[in-house]
Amino acid sequence: MLYREVGQFRTSYAADQAIFPIRQDRIGMLALLLVAYIAVPLVANEYWLSTIFVPFFVFSLAALGLNILTGYAGQLSLGTGGFMAVGAFTAYKLATAFPGLNIVLVFVAAGIVTALVGLLFGIPSLRIKGFYLAVATLAAQFFLIWLFVKVAWFQNYSASGVITAPPRAVFGHFFVTGPEARPAYKYWFTLTFAAVLALAAKNMVRGATGRKWMAIRDMDIAAEIIGIRPLSTKLLAFAVSSFYIGIAGALWAFIYTASVEALAFDIDRSFQILFMIIIGGLGSILGSFLGAAFIILLPIFLNNLPNQLGLHVGVALVTNLQDIIYGALIVFFLIAEPNGLAALWRIGKEKLRLWPFPH
Amino acid sequence: MHPNGDVLLRVEGIALAFGGVKALADVSFDIRKGEIRAIIGPNGAGKSSMLNVINGFYRPHAGSITYKGRTARHMRPHQAAQAGIARTFQNIALFKGMTTLDNIMTGRLLKMRGNFLLDALHVGPARRDETAHRAVVEQIIDFLEIQAIRKVPVGRLPYGLQKRVELGRALAAEPDLLLLDEPMAGMNFEEKEDMSRFILDVNEEFGTTIALIEHDMGVVMDISSRIVVLDYGRKIADGTPDEVRRDQAVIDAYLGVAHDGGKGA
Repeated sequence: MLYREVGQFRTSYAADQAIFPIRQDRIGMLALLLVAYIAVPLVANEYWLSTIFVPFFVFSLAALGLNILTGYAGQLSLGTGGFMAVGAFTAYKLATAFPGLNIVLVFVAAGIVTALVGLLFGIPSLRIKGFYLAVATLAAQFFLIWLFVKVAWFQNYSASGVITAPPRAVFGHFFVTGPEARPAYKYWFTLTFAAVLALAAKNMVRGATGRKWMAIRDMDIAAEIIGIRPLSTKLLAFAVSSFYIGIAGALWAFIYTASVEALAFDIDRSFQILFMIIIGGLGSILGSFLGAAFIILLPIFLNNLPNQLGLHVGVALVTNLQDIIYGALIVFFLIAEPNGLAALWRIGKEKLRLWPFPH
Repeated sequence: MHPNGDVLLRVEGIALAFGGVKALADVSFDIRKGEIRAIIGPNGAGKSSMLNVINGFYRPHAGSITYKGRTARHMRPHQAAQAGIARTFQNIALFKGMTTLDNIMTGRLLKMRGNFLLDALHVGPARRDETAHRAVVEQIIDFLEIQAIRKVPVGRLPYGLQKRVELGRALAAEPDLLLLDEPMAGMNFEEKEDMSRFILDVNEEFGTTIALIEHDMGVVMDISSRIVVLDYGRKIADGTPDEVRRDQAVIDAYLGVAHDGGKGA
């Protein structure tokens, strides 16, 4: 009943093309941002901030990046982990080589370098499609991880192969990395990256750029006859996608884990992020966040469930049960709504618009 | 619309083969500014191949295409688009995951001046273009009477409406030459009437030159100014509907020829 758009008339094209044309959605988004920026850091404890919210934002960004490439532009990629590693190691090299460089600039530069690497590995996409392209991106995945493991220069010749983020602060004294870093600062830092980049992604996909990507995805022949150049459009998708994934990798290495080795970004990571966008919804910004939440939060929730219920179950049994339930839920959601959680959300909203008078 | 006699496009001696199959052999004709030019012929005559040659999908093995005074063997599809050639397909080639509105907006892409950074920030030309081109697209939506399906993903639309949306996407580019590949295939009588009306209106109101392939002879004879007839990849007739109707080679191609006195019925 509250979710009504009666009386809200859109009288200009600008209003009709707004991200949230319905007033309730605008209020809801504002409330969500207020909660995220103010309420959560006040209420949540350190565990929630650094082991749930920070990785959630990092994964959301990575999923967003992959969704731009796979969901919007239709280019299947299994190189996500490799590109995250590029972001992580570039940020590390830049931060250690230029200690005076602002951490935000370090991350943006890491994103740009990853974009260039993504561009390079996107070139085969002109000739090969679908599963074959996925195999080509697999080459990127294995090559990049091999590079970061084998070439000691990337780890500044550390004996263990592990890179550790040097202490850095934003606005002078708010440390987001290093021993003085506080969970709330880390939280705000990653949240801001996720929010700003999500807005930028939404703007791209609702504009001309997004239409080019989707045209290539849906029917590349028809796209070509209306004047879209397939190669430059696909390469742009690879570059933008890798930019997001690179920043996610840098955030992972610096903010979430603080020290990391290249193997953290192996092929499993690529699959994990691919599952996120499949479950969340291909071609949906919201879906990237929902998918990340599902994949990150569900295992944690399942892990804690027996304790919350006061059941005393063996650790081994919990782990096995967790895998079983987790797998079953994935299958369930894919059967219930193949277009992902974002589609469920959209259908729910459409029902709510009519409720309680569906006729 | 009255063709003013200037030649917009001329194809000369076009030949095209797939392996040993000759799709087109020595086909020449012209399309004058402002006319509705029909290309007809039995199945497999090479009509669609001809359109594909004109807008750059196929590279002919011989011959030349002169468009707006410039002669070339071959244009790439995006060059053809930039030069003002738009087309629709026999089997609808819409972007199924996008809405009607977005599909037609893609027709304006060549006229939009933004880039992905401006899009990301939603500032400057990217922002202004969205609303300015939306206004043009809305006119096309009004013209084609598809207001109600503006925000519907085209994959969910019935066949006749999809054909209309595809026409809208081609019109959005404001083409000088519009190629229509069987715009009425699979339509019922009313839908064909609607589509004929749209084609005539486009020609009349916007002055767009149209080349169309169609199998419904009633429609072709009614709306086209001149007709090219192809059979087995060769041109067998070219002229006004009346001339073509009386042409013995055309009658033979469509009805068959009695090879010996006994068999013909």
